[in-house]
Amino acid sequence: MERGTDLVKRGLADMLKGGVIMDVVTPDEAKIAEEAGAVAVMALERVPADIRKDGGVARMSDPEMIQGIQAAVSIPVMAKARIGHFLEARVLEALSVDYIDESEVLTPADEDYHIDKWAFTTPFVCGARNLGEALRRIGEGAAMIRTKGEAGTGNIVEAVRHMRTVTAGIRELSTMTSEQLMTATRDLGAPYQLVKEVAETGKLPVVNFAAGGIATPSDAALMMALGCDGVFVGSGIFKSSNPSLFARAIVDATTNWQNPDVIAKVSMGLGKAMPGLEMGTLTEAEQLARRGW
Amino acid sequence: MNAPIVGVLALQGDFREHLAVVTRLGAVGREIRLPEDLDGIDALIIPGGESTTIGKLATRFELIEPLRELINGGLPTYGTCAGLIFASSTVTEGNQPLLGVLDVVVQRNAFGRQNESFETDLDIDGFDAPFHAVFIRAPWVEKVGGDVEVLASVQGHPVMVRQDNILGTSFHPELTEDDRIHQMLIEMISRR
Repeated sequence: MERGTDLVKRGLADMLKGGVIMDVVTPDEAKIAEEAGAVAVMALERVPADIRKDGGVARMSDPEMIQGIQAAVSIPVMAKARIGHFLEARVLEALSVDYIDESEVLTPADEDYHIDKWAFTTPFVCGARNLGEALRRIGEGAAMIRTKGEAGTGNIVEAVRHMRTVTAGIRELSTMTSEQLMTATRDLGAPYQLVKEVAETGKLPVVNFAAGGIATPSDAALMMALGCDGVFVGSGIFKSSNPSLFARAIVDATTNWQNPDVIAKVSMGLGKAMPGLEMGTLTEAEQLARRGW
Repeated sequence: MNAPIVGVLALQGDFREHLAVVTRLGAVGREIRLPEDLDGIDALIIPGGESTTIGKLATRFELIEPLRELINGGLPTYGTCAGLIFASSTVTEGNQPLLGVLDVVVQRNAFGRQNESFETDLDIDGFDAPFHAVFIRAPWVEKVGGDVEVLASVQGHPVMVRQDNILGTSFHPELTEDDRIHQMLIEMISRR
């Protein structure tokens, strides 16, 4: 019996496809998410909208809270560690979380190095804005990728940009001749073997979810239509006026993203979506997607 | 005979991998999301995924009754992992929508959380070579009804079962290149 293999790590992400992973900060929120049909929950100390508002250093969640959430639900429980903070990641592994998100939403612990994710049995998901960044994270051992988007804004524009950028990057690679691939490797700053693999298969070797700014059922469906395998919803659920209704509607829309009639129907009577932020109002320091490289 | 149509429940989970296997075996795959998608299918696959999510979506989109009717009527059906759970009659803990067509009691996440997920070579009754099986937060079968055959076990717990037209595995053949179990499903169509 082999544990922690690539197949097993990437395989869990395969099982999450077509689903919605929801940010929760308490066991009660986790239950609401599970009841709505979430495929997993992400345990964190504050949702991104509150991190943005309150400021200060955002860290890994309280281990006791994570255990409380694990006890409350039967679906997978993920948790976030700071970029480069491999000790937080070790603690999350010791807690048996199902996936670790090395996340730009938390305050980075290391400005030069991301975590060596191969060294863990627990799989990792990491954010990316473009193909090079996605392949660097996979090169470090990430078993799942998500767009960074711009967390806590309720604004989908950055997630769309990141997904389109990754897709365009893949399309470009797949048109290249073999001698062009090393130059592409240099330009992308990504491992050659992964560049070659993407050029040959026309897709990322791991599952790719959307994250950062999803606030409505239509936002979730849009990201699915752009080719994402599933969606993370952070502040969009518990900062809306009716979390259980929003959660359920986003789940329904993610499954039926190809069917606008269904999306229209599930979008009715939900109340108010989370308040949104215009990107132009954020300073560079306030743009979480710039964290990591 | 025309190529058989294999419906793959596409509410959530790794349905694309199953569709790829079905296509490799010369059948036509069809994604099932709404009741009308079920018309004219010759077999059904319930994929891996999150069983509570699949059950809730099947309830909301009114698939439970039509699925029960087809499977109880003899439709060849194969459930992997979450699909095995969803097909079962009972789970040991919690309360979630189930089809109740396969007479087994299933324990979810029986091997543990993701750190305990594993791959291994598995002996399966009737197969002359071991099957490389991937178990992800996998369930096992805790109890089987009288008409259920156990085809493979891990640590004494059934992980592959058959009851008439229904096959279930705790593991995920769709994540590997070994199509022997899907082939069993295709053969069930021609024997029907």
